[in-house]
Amino acid sequence: MHKSGMVSIWFFIGLLLVAYGVIICGAGIHDYMVPPEHAPVLANLHAGVWWGGFLLAIGLFYSIHFRPSKTK
Amino acid sequence: MHATTRLFSLSSIDLLIVALYFAVVLGIGFYLKRFTKTGEDFFLAGRDMTAWIAGLSFLAANLGSLELMGWAGSAYQYGILATHWYWIGAIPAMLFLGIIMMPFYYISKTHSVPGYLKLRYSEPARLLSAISFGFMTVLMSGINMFAMAKVMQVVLGWDISFSIWVSSLTVALYVTLGGLLSAIFNEVLQCVLIWAGALLIPILGMIEAGGWTGMVNKIFQRLHDPTYTHMWSTLGSFKDNPMGIHWTGIVFGLAWVISFGYWTTDFLVVQRVLAARDLRSARMAPIIASVFKMAVPIIVILPGLLGLAVLPMTLVPESSAAAAAGAPTYNAVLPLMLARYCGPGLLGLGITALIAGFMSGMAGNVTAFSTVWTYDIYKPMFRKTAPDSHYVAMGRWCTIIGVLVSIGTAYLVMQFASIMDYVQALFSFFIAPLFGTVILGMMWKRATSAGGFWGLLTGTLASVGMYAWVKVDPTALRYVALSPHAKALAEDMYRALWSWIICVVVTVVVSYMTKPKPLSELSGLVYGVTPLPSEEALPMWKRPIFWAVIVAIVFVIANIIFW
Repeated sequence: MHKSGMVSIWFFIGLLLVAYGVIICGAGIHDYMVPPEHAPVLANLHAGVWWGGFLLAIGLFYSIHFRPSKTK
Repeated sequence: MHATTRLFSLSSIDLLIVALYFAVVLGIGFYLKRFTKTGEDFFLAGRDMTAWIAGLSFLAANLGSLELMGWAGSAYQYGILATHWYWIGAIPAMLFLGIIMMPFYYISKTHSVPGYLKLRYSEPARLLSAISFGFMTVLMSGINMFAMAKVMQVVLGWDISFSIWVSSLTVALYVTLGGLLSAIFNEVLQCVLIWAGALLIPILGMIEAGGWTGMVNKIFQRLHDPTYTHMWSTLGSFKDNPMGIHWTGIVFGLAWVISFGYWTTDFLVVQRVLAARDLRSARMAPIIASVFKMAVPIIVILPGLLGLAVLPMTLVPESSAAAAAGAPTYNAVLPLMLARYCGPGLLGLGITALIAGFMSGMAGNVTAFSTVWTYDIYKPMFRKTAPDSHYVAMGRWCTIIGVLVSIGTAYLVMQFASIMDYVQALFSFFIAPLFGTVILGMMWKRATSAGGFWGLLTGTLASVGMYAWVKVDPTALRYVALSPHAKALAEDMYRALWSWIICVVVTVVVSYMTKPKPLSELSGLVYGVTPLPSEEALPMWKRPIFWAVIVAIVFVIANIIFW
């Protein structure tokens, strides 16, 4: 898949998942501390916190494992 | 955009997530432009994709917006029967493509499926196939675009034109810049986002419903009908299941003709596998995709069933008076479930998944269209010899024109909503007979150029003819679909089966009446005269057949569990 010097698609995916993980986890922590007026069903499970954390972990793995200096 | 009636609205965090997605897909397009110089780069991604990349792209090109929201809606309407379109309606065909058909596509070095027909049969067969494929692709792309924009209007209150223009011009830009390479890279990204955005719904839904048993009980309490959660046991009669279909329609119409036709001859998906770096990767790609395809019901069918179990309101058909008055329809079940469980951030991710589904499907359409137009229509008909750079430029222009024509089609659909009824019919018109022509060409040395052309033409005309016959005289349904009780989907399955049979019979008869090609011209194109590379040197776990057998075993077990 890699032409000379081409960055792996998995690196881009990793970066985007890191950004999404931070945003979603952050929003989830905010909702945990300041519960919204109209909470979704099962809000007590705080899905934003653990799903955001999961995306962040996956994103960190991919962005480190497929970082450009390693795949070149 | 302006707000009209809406089911829910996005917060600034959600909009940030959607905006980030658009920035990244465009950034990938700009980044990959420098790697897209030759025709091989633009139309076949340099034939350098790994099995995983080609496989995920192969799957994502099929996950359009109609696929995600439409089949979730079908699960709400018909129950678990909709899973047949993901399992028996996909898995056997994908394995067949990887194990049996891929060597011929790959070894022949064709750029496209119509290109294979040129090599195997003749120029007329290629042109007929290319023109019908181009027509179907643009029409399907427009219909998908309108369906997505309509849902965004109902769910988020976004203006239809805003949704259509922003998302389709984004696809046009990144595909024009990086060709198939850019489309494939973005499809892999979109595939990951679809799973990341949609997987939370079944997880939380199952918790709320009390697991599978709890969900089944809730559906029964609501509908007082046990048939919604069984896949095969209700298919003995047209009248015994919510879809009005018989098992013969599922097995012979869907699993054999429609599914094998789509997954093995629709260039929209086959193009992704042709971009693989070697034959083994090309054979593994559909097998890898089949594993994920078998899991797609978790994020599409299960939310539809959970919607039946837990949503307080009753959803209505698209064409009903209640829908016209603003009631949420079947197609809104996935966004409604998303809104039920997801707060700020997660909601944006879910909406991004839906948009990603639409864009991956559309990128599939435009890359396939530009390749078929450039190599199978423009090159043989208008300019046989030109520098490679000329065809790359034509491919880039064709991408933009293809998107603009699709947008025009979307507006046409907006004016004539009944065009939506033709979506399934299109497959039986073009894909079913094409499968007959391709499979005979690959498996039967005696098939001749004339046989291939006349079989394809007769099968296509017969399918259109049967469709018109039932429209003019509805009682003809008892002959076309074998029962007056058959519903629209069942009619499509049987019409596809008949058109395939007609194509095969005409091809065989005409072939026996005409002179076959010499065997020397069939090498690399037909089973029996093509030396296939041996895989004996590979360890067992690296062989495609090993993984295909494992997928087949899991497939059989899954069907028995949900019998």
